[in-house]
Amino acid sequence: MASLNLLVSVCLGYVALLFLVAALAERAAAMGRAQWLRSPLVYTLSLSVYCTGWTFYGAVGYAARSGLEFVTIYIGPTLVMIGWWWGLRKLVRIGRSQRVTSIADLLSSRYGKSNGLAIGVTILCVISVTPYIALQLQSIALSLSVFTEEDATRTMETGAFWAAIGLGIFAILFGTRNLDANERHHGVVIAVALEAVVKLFALIAVGVFVVWGLAGGMGETLARIDVSEIGQWEVHGGRWTAITLLAAAAVICLPRMFQVMVVENEDERHLRVAAWAFPLYLLLMSLFVIPIAVVGLDLMPQGSNPDLFVLSLPLSQGNEGLAMLAFIGGFSSATSMVIVAAMALSIMISNHVVMPIYLSTRSGQGASISGDVRHVVLLSRRIAIAAILVLGYLYYRLSGGGAALAAIGLIAFAGIAQILPALVGGLFWRGATRAGALAGLSLGFAIWVYTLLLPGFGANGLLPASVMEQGPWGIDWLRPYALFGITGMDTIVHSVLWSLSLNTAVFFAVSMMTFPGPVERLQGAQFVNVFDHSFGPRGWSGSVAQSEDLMIMSQRILGPAEAQDLFQREAERQGARGHLPEPTPAFLETLERELSGSVGTATAHAMVGQIVGGSAVSVEDLLAVADESAQMLEYSSRLEEKSAELTRTAAQLREANEKLTQLSVQKDAFLSQVSHELRTPMTSIRAFSEIMRDEDGLSAEEKARYAGVIHDEALRLTRLLDDLLDLSVLESGQVSLDMRSGQLTDVLDQAVAAALAGTTEGMAVHRRGVDEAVALYTDLDRLAQVFINLIANASKYCDAARPELTIRVRNLGDRLAVDFLDNGSGVPVHARALVFEKFARVSGDKAGGAGLGLAICREILERLGGDIHYLNDHSGGAFRVILPKAHAMAAQ
Amino acid sequence: MSRNVLLIEDEPNIIEAIRFLLSRDGWSVHTHANGSDAVAEVARVAPDLLVLDMMLPGRSGMDILRDLRADAATADLPVLMLTARGQTRDRDMAEKAGVSRFMTKPFSNAEVLSAVRELIGEKDAR
Repeated sequence: MASLNLLVSVCLGYVALLFLVAALAERAAAMGRAQWLRSPLVYTLSLSVYCTGWTFYGAVGYAARSGLEFVTIYIGPTLVMIGWWWGLRKLVRIGRSQRVTSIADLLSSRYGKSNGLAIGVTILCVISVTPYIALQLQSIALSLSVFTEEDATRTMETGAFWAAIGLGIFAILFGTRNLDANERHHGVVIAVALEAVVKLFALIAVGVFVVWGLAGGMGETLARIDVSEIGQWEVHGGRWTAITLLAAAAVICLPRMFQVMVVENEDERHLRVAAWAFPLYLLLMSLFVIPIAVVGLDLMPQGSNPDLFVLSLPLSQGNEGLAMLAFIGGFSSATSMVIVAAMALSIMISNHVVMPIYLSTRSGQGASISGDVRHVVLLSRRIAIAAILVLGYLYYRLSGGGAALAAIGLIAFAGIAQILPALVGGLFWRGATRAGALAGLSLGFAIWVYTLLLPGFGANGLLPASVMEQGPWGIDWLRPYALFGITGMDTIVHSVLWSLSLNTAVFFAVSMMTFPGPVERLQGAQFVNVFDHSFGPRGWSGSVAQSEDLMIMSQRILGPAEAQDLFQREAERQGARGHLPEPTPAFLETLERELSGSVGTATAHAMVGQIVGGSAVSVEDLLAVADESAQMLEYSSRLEEKSAELTRTAAQLREANEKLTQLSVQKDAFLSQVSHELRTPMTSIRAFSEIMRDEDGLSAEEKARYAGVIHDEALRLTRLLDDLLDLSVLESGQVSLDMRSGQLTDVLDQAVAAALAGTTEGMAVHRRGVDEAVALYTDLDRLAQVFINLIANASKYCDAARPELTIRVRNLGDRLAVDFLDNGSGVPVHARALVFEKFARVSGDKAGGAGLGLAICREILERLGGDIHYLNDHSGGAFRVILPKAHAMAAQ
Repeated sequence: MSRNVLLIEDEPNIIEAIRFLLSRDGWSVHTHANGSDAVAEVARVAPDLLVLDMMLPGRSGMDILRDLRADAATADLPVLMLTARGQTRDRDMAEKAGVSRFMTKPFSNAEVLSAVRELIGEKDAR
């Protein structure tokens, strides 16, 4: 047939059209003018990716072989869309709120972000879907072969090869164009929707041609069906139930279905339209299947492949145009499936297999998410798409095509259906655990592989015939087609029964026996109660009822008064009646900000999200919460430290304050003392000077005496002021020492002479010249001042009848002691502690000192690096001056 | 009739000055220099007026004043208190304790004389 070249050209043209449409849609979406893309109609049409080449061609073949049973393939999805649309809504809601990217991601997310589970589901999907992709390649190749009579095999091989390459390029171009957090691909979706229209139109066109063009009208056709074998309603209960169930499971679990239904969903409300529109589409797709099958069986020669009736019927009638249209319809069915499936699988592979490995090899380098990782993700997806298509092509070539492939659609459905228990359980049962999901999935998958996939390659294919007939190692009840000795069952029914029932049973049993981890528990609650927590299709919104919850939460965090105030103000601003405002986005934002001041941003976001929804709590949120908690713990421990420090500082301050108070009291006392010491001599001076001024009759003797008093008191004042200034200089530390070398004995000579000068009653002074032969290097004048003070004190206060003073020099190792010992009664015991304090005159002191002498001595010796103290073990007055040897040594 | 005045003061020169002043004014002046037995001395001398220094060896003038005021025999005795410390706090305390007149050193002789005369006049007026 010469039209093969034309056919290829039409194919290429059609693909080019798809490219154009997809590119335009992408551009429109990028420019934000894609409103028409977001219509429920496009969504519904994209769901038609369910109808593959297998459905397009195979349904007729199926009907021709098994009668009405093909309807089950359509009944399953219809039941799901109409009867379970609320379940789908939940799935879509979760998918959006959790930003789920694939079915593997959904399960992983539900079961505590378990990547192991995600990898498992990914593997299961790849194994199930690859043969299915091979089936599409076969359908394209097969349909091409119809148009050529010579060398059909070669045509098929080349066709399948180029189809695989072309589809790979398309999927790579539009499926990995960019990275979107939501994994939406407008171009692909719009192309799939267009293909949906094409394949429906093509099938209906063929149907109309067959019914009205070949069979001669509706009545004729119905009559043909009535007499046909396949028209009999021969319902095989087990198979019907099993296949309906599989089809229903497939529409939910198939990666490509999940992609278009959940991941690419723009608006949850689209489901409402799809709930009736998609079943309607399926009905239209199935409307002419039986007529075409019946007419085909009647008109086509015996042995014709009923799978190709859709093409061969128009061709046999010479209607090549219609045949071409039918071919394009089938091509559309196959390509849309391959493109979406490859894309969905590539997302799973890159996200759950490649990226974890890539990131773990780069751990520690702080992988920058924005730059190179993005590149790696896209690259891994492109490679994955290419690999999947290569796998599909190889599978097609190795399996040899033909009959082995025909059953692969149902086999794939059965494999994918293993996901169902974990998925539905995860959506509705909080008790479902990761262990349960893993156990159920693994067991179901294993049974499916053993009872359906491996035997599907035929006897002596992958399983030896002996195993098929006698069971492994001759164990009879383990035969793949007769598990537990149950025989005589359809293989599909048998496998579905065992795999799904054991899968479900193990999933529940293990879930009951294990406990979910914290993340799992939280995710479980998020999934099961998604409608309680999440929001409507767009933006933050909520009801006043949520305001009450928000209020209760805020009160706990902000404190009752502040929270009430905040809500009240907002309610007034909104003009709402009552004290609760509408939870508008603006208010929620404000509230979140307020809360984050107390509990941190992540926690605040998670808490508001818990009540109002919007962004459900993700693992990242949780980690951020944990991080914040850790920071708060650290902060609080720092606070504790601070508070301990403060307590210490406060104690120190209190101490300092006490010292200051003491100092202040001391200062007051000092000033009071100084005042007293100054005023007393001044009183005498004033009194006598007034007497001398005012009194006339004073004798010369009296005048002389009073003048003498005034003179003495003036000297006393001068001494006092000298002492005060001396002490003040010494205490301030601003004294400049005049360090000189000298002999101790010379200093003592000088001091004794100065102290005793002018004293009438002589005091005997005993010294030992040998001991005093010590060289000094110190301020000799200051030291003499100390000695004078001590000697004068002894001379003043010694109350012995014959006062004696002994000056004794002792060597104390590194220090030198000079003792001044008199034979009087000494300083009373109670006064000894105070004797060196300022103004600390021993009571009864009438010697006229201001009480600063010893205080000055102590200050001087402190400056000279020595000390002075009272010797308690001596009966008389006893002062010891200690000089550091360092000064003595320095002189030598 | 010569009036008795008792001067309790420990500073010899001040004693001499006051004795001179009051003797000239016609007073019979008794002196005492110790605080510890001052109350007994007041009882013994039974003066018409007491000049009392605040800072005394043995016992403070303030305590002596309180004791005197607590005793019915000396409750009304005019007391002129002298102090060299000159703090208002001392004045307040003395007035509370029942001092008749409070004077800060150094004083003018005229002040002392007029104060003594006034106190005696007041006593006589009663």
